[in-house]
Amino acid sequence: MFYGFTPKSRLMLGTAQYPSPRVLSDAIAASEAEIITVSLRREGAGGAGFRDLIKASGCRLLPNTAGCHSAREAVTTAQMARELFGTSWIKLEVIGHADTLQPDPFALVEAARILCSDGFEVFPYTTEDLILGEKLIEAGCRVLMPWGAPIGSGQGLRHEDALHTMRAHFPDIPLVIDAGIGAPSQAAKAMEMGFDAVLLNTAVARAGDPVTMARAFAGAVQAGRLAHEAGLMGRRDMAMASTPIFGMAALS
Amino acid sequence: MRVELNGEQVETAAATLSELIEEQGLAAPSVATAVNGEFVPRGMRDGTALTEGARIEVLSPMQGG
Repeated sequence: MFYGFTPKSRLMLGTAQYPSPRVLSDAIAASEAEIITVSLRREGAGGAGFRDLIKASGCRLLPNTAGCHSAREAVTTAQMARELFGTSWIKLEVIGHADTLQPDPFALVEAARILCSDGFEVFPYTTEDLILGEKLIEAGCRVLMPWGAPIGSGQGLRHEDALHTMRAHFPDIPLVIDAGIGAPSQAAKAMEMGFDAVLLNTAVARAGDPVTMARAFAGAVQAGRLAHEAGLMGRRDMAMASTPIFGMAALS
Repeated sequence: MRVELNGEQVETAAATLSELIEEQGLAAPSVATAVNGEFVPRGMRDGTALTEGARIEVLSPMQGG
């Protein structure tokens, strides 16, 4: 599914903003995620502990280029991440606007082209724009990660109709809803719509009880995926009795 | 010579990137490096000479979303 790796879990989890390393470890375990996102920063307190923690999680690492505002910054960050984490996977974020954290589509495609031709396996954080998706695929991306809503906003799937269209437009490309998910019901909805996975962080990390919330998301993602596989019933405008009329007593 | 290391002005006697990492007590195996915005792979740190005012980034694994 993802560059030759098919995880059992369709939930990908971010590792930032947890109240403690212990809670982070327990939340990763409770989420059943097999892919976690990480980043690169100037060394601060607790750096060595974090290295041990991500190793002990046994998860595949998906380093990000969070905070990069130009293709050049993102490419350099990706190159540093490849050496440091020993993986060619990169969650490519090129931010276009500080308030919305919306991707810069032009710089995103430019960076994707450079990285794909340099052997990276790129997971681009993108919008639901179809042409942008096509350009990213032309650049060599084999996964697309459209946003649900702005990063950290918890708004869920802000452009549901457009995401439906995107799913239909790219039937054979793994699509991951990345960012904006605030509640398990929203993750379940994305999975019911046929998205291949969801990636989230703040909704778990900032929950009252992150470990329990991680378990809630694991269940929601699983339920949504099963519902998609089972095939949802069609919507109707009017009621239709579910109990048969045939054989009903004449009591009036 | 003065260089900028992770955004801080640093006075250094190091002539190369490797020497700077050693001098500053940074954990060489668990960092990635860039000089003036360009990635410097681990194997090229010895051969990367520092120049006055060079901007050096030494990054570590951190939490991310």
